[in-house]
Amino acid sequence: MVLENTIHFVNPLIMKTHTRVLIFISCLLMLSAYFLPLWHILLDAPQYPEGLEMKIWLNGLSGSIDQINGLNHYIGMKFISVDDFKEFKILPFVFGALTLIGIAAGLSKSRKLLWAWFIGLCLFAIVGFSDFYMWEYSYGHKLNPHAAIKVEGMNYQPPLFGYKQLLNFTAGSLPDTGGLLVGLGGVLVAAALFYKPQISPNKIK
Amino acid sequence: MKFSPYKLLVPVLALLAGSTIYGCKPGKAGSSVDADAAQKVYVAPGKYDEVYAFLSGGFSGQVAAYGIPSGRLLKVIPVFSQNPENGYGYSEETKPMLNTSHGFVPWDDSHHPELSKTNGEDDGRWLFINGNNTPRIARIDLATFKTAEIIELPNIGGNHASPFCTENTEYVVGNTRFSEPLDNNKTDNSIASFKQTFKGAVSFVKVNKENGAMNLAFQLIVPAFNYDLAHAGKGPSHDWIFFTCYNTEQAHTLLEVNASQRDKDFIMAVNWKKAEELIAAGKGTKISAKYAHNVYNDKTHTATSVIETETQTIDITKFPGLVYYMPCPKSPHGVDVSPDGLSIVASGKLAAIIPVFSYQKMLDAIDKKQYDGMVEGNIPVLKYDAVLRGEVKKPGLGPLHTEFDDKGYAYTTMFVSSEVVKWKLDNLEITDRIPSYYSPGHLSVVGGDSKKPFGKYLLSLNKITKDRYLPTGPELAQACQLIDITGNKMKLLLDFPTIGEPHYAQMIPAEKILKNQVKFFKLEDNKNAYATKSEKETKVVRNGNRVDVYMTAIRSHLAPDNIEGIKIGDEVYVHVTNLEQDWDVPHGFAIKGANNAELLIMPGETCTLKWTPGLAGIVPFYCTDFCSALHQEMQGYFRVSPAGSNVPIKFSIGENPVTQ
Repeated sequence: MVLENTIHFVNPLIMKTHTRVLIFISCLLMLSAYFLPLWHILLDAPQYPEGLEMKIWLNGLSGSIDQINGLNHYIGMKFISVDDFKEFKILPFVFGALTLIGIAAGLSKSRKLLWAWFIGLCLFAIVGFSDFYMWEYSYGHKLNPHAAIKVEGMNYQPPLFGYKQLLNFTAGSLPDTGGLLVGLGGVLVAAALFYKPQISPNKIK
Repeated sequence: MKFSPYKLLVPVLALLAGSTIYGCKPGKAGSSVDADAAQKVYVAPGKYDEVYAFLSGGFSGQVAAYGIPSGRLLKVIPVFSQNPENGYGYSEETKPMLNTSHGFVPWDDSHHPELSKTNGEDDGRWLFINGNNTPRIARIDLATFKTAEIIELPNIGGNHASPFCTENTEYVVGNTRFSEPLDNNKTDNSIASFKQTFKGAVSFVKVNKENGAMNLAFQLIVPAFNYDLAHAGKGPSHDWIFFTCYNTEQAHTLLEVNASQRDKDFIMAVNWKKAEELIAAGKGTKISAKYAHNVYNDKTHTATSVIETETQTIDITKFPGLVYYMPCPKSPHGVDVSPDGLSIVASGKLAAIIPVFSYQKMLDAIDKKQYDGMVEGNIPVLKYDAVLRGEVKKPGLGPLHTEFDDKGYAYTTMFVSSEVVKWKLDNLEITDRIPSYYSPGHLSVVGGDSKKPFGKYLLSLNKITKDRYLPTGPELAQACQLIDITGNKMKLLLDFPTIGEPHYAQMIPAEKILKNQVKFFKLEDNKNAYATKSEKETKVVRNGNRVDVYMTAIRSHLAPDNIEGIKIGDEVYVHVTNLEQDWDVPHGFAIKGANNAELLIMPGETCTLKWTPGLAGIVPFYCTDFCSALHQEMQGYFRVSPAGSNVPIKFSIGENPVTQ
């Protein structure tokens, strides 16, 4: 049996309907970032069976920040305050601009813009996670020398992704609802670029 | 009145004879213990009990909350007695709670807890409890487990028939155990003038539907008997409330004999709806009275005490149709209304039967004027046979109190024969009995006095413990027994000691309380006049010889923690605000040598300790509640200088490099 491996030439300037559908769904998913938390850090300890949680949004933080700060003062960690993060002032605009590129790509049927959007999102993710890592590193390592509790060789950097034991606390760092939806949006953008629907062989002559 | 000592022999012989005739000698310990008892009362670590039980502390003056079926003590709620453990009645904020017309009374005898009811069912909002000695009714807020209000009752002595509530908690009632002349009778009466000058006063305390606020609406002036217990009607009998009366002999000396002479005393049936209408129509008589009304405010975290000066009364002899008496053998204690509101069960503690009265027959007897004499000239006594539905025969000895389950059964405690007797409400047949260890007074079934009993568990509340636990010298704990009432046979599950005297209890499924629980107080809502909401606002202010310290507590320091300029002769008020905003982070506060107790301050709360330093020198203070890993560091110093010295007020706390 001969496998008919049809070579499908794609005109880079012409966009199929399914691609545009994917782009618009992706844009909708991206908008959820403005209404739902992107990421969360969880802390569990014997005395906190209900857990402490800090939610990270596009424009700020929420959750048990006061309790976490209250605990962090024992180990000399810097107080977490939204005002200390310039990121929260910039992020809504950067992400908004990216989403606009996506919408423009869909409206103009331009694969160039689609590529621009995809690359922009990749850069956004890389820079975002690097910044998050630096932030975690800084809070976890820059400890006040006057702290009451000092453990030789211990740093309190939370994990970038997944779980880690920090003294009596199990710290978890995981995407929240908004983050998951944005991630799914990203996957759809990639699909819009690279996915070609299987065309039924009997339609090909 | 002359009295022959031989008369004493009659009731005693009757009691002794009764015990042999009825053969109700308690069985041997262990015989009634359920084989699966351990499994049924085991609540795994970290798991919640199914039911809250609120036990009165009797002579402790407090209320204790237990988890059922485990019997674990959850909390002692201070009500009528000072509680140094958390500063209740010691802190400036809570001292007014214990104010009375007699001044500050730091103790009482708390007897009957009563859960608030909506449509005759326990609603889990408030718990009322009576103070027996200096007549009072308290309301506990079950969202915070704090005493929210205490109202004193004038004109009565020994508020025992209290604080039973009507079907929708329209009123909670009080009535006198020790009749006495009304408070406005300023004559120097002799005790022998009992029959002429002594009175009872059925007190109706109105309860605000929204916030529970109480006020003494009116008092019915009734004959000078001893009023023991009460229960309001429900459903068809909604408008009525029933009181037990003993000492209808009107004895004022050696009551143990002189008040036990008549074959029958009374159940007093009061049409409270009619009384309410009379008051609304302006038929009440305002008389002078003096009684305290103390209210704790959850926003200011402060109690205020007001002395009221007037009450409205109704002389029941002037308003026919308000009160009727039903004859009841003999010195009745409990009067309990069946869940359907149709049967009234009375427990004559010296009687050998349990009479069950019919609400319908009572109405008929009133209609047909089936009277058997009058009390005080014109208050009708209804004919016993006309109002009786039937008698529970041979129940045992010393019936005291009855509650009901969800399956049509009633349970009655027998004080003298030390047992709980189960009988069927429809045919009045006894179906089971189980020994109590020893001498039960009240009993409690979950929801057992409500329109919809929950059943499942019964607590027998006992007066005597003797050999039940490891001995603790002459003074032993009192106790209660948990009994499984799900099957035909009652099964003993658990036996546990209690605080004070577990006089009576009310039990309620836990979820009705859990849903309203407050975990901490919001700092932003704290309206205490001396609240300090951040460390920046802490200060020490002198005004003459009064010094106010505005202090904050947060893990793990008190601010300020170095205070100088206090002098002998000063009155120092330390107002401590707990800045924490999380569940279960209280801070305590105590000062060396203070002639006072400690403070225990909940998150978001402000409490004040008054301290009059007696000796010059350095005086440490510290947090008494092990709050954190650095609790032992949570301390500070006062410098107390001799009287007349000119050390200025100075206060500080070290720079905290960690919190910037």
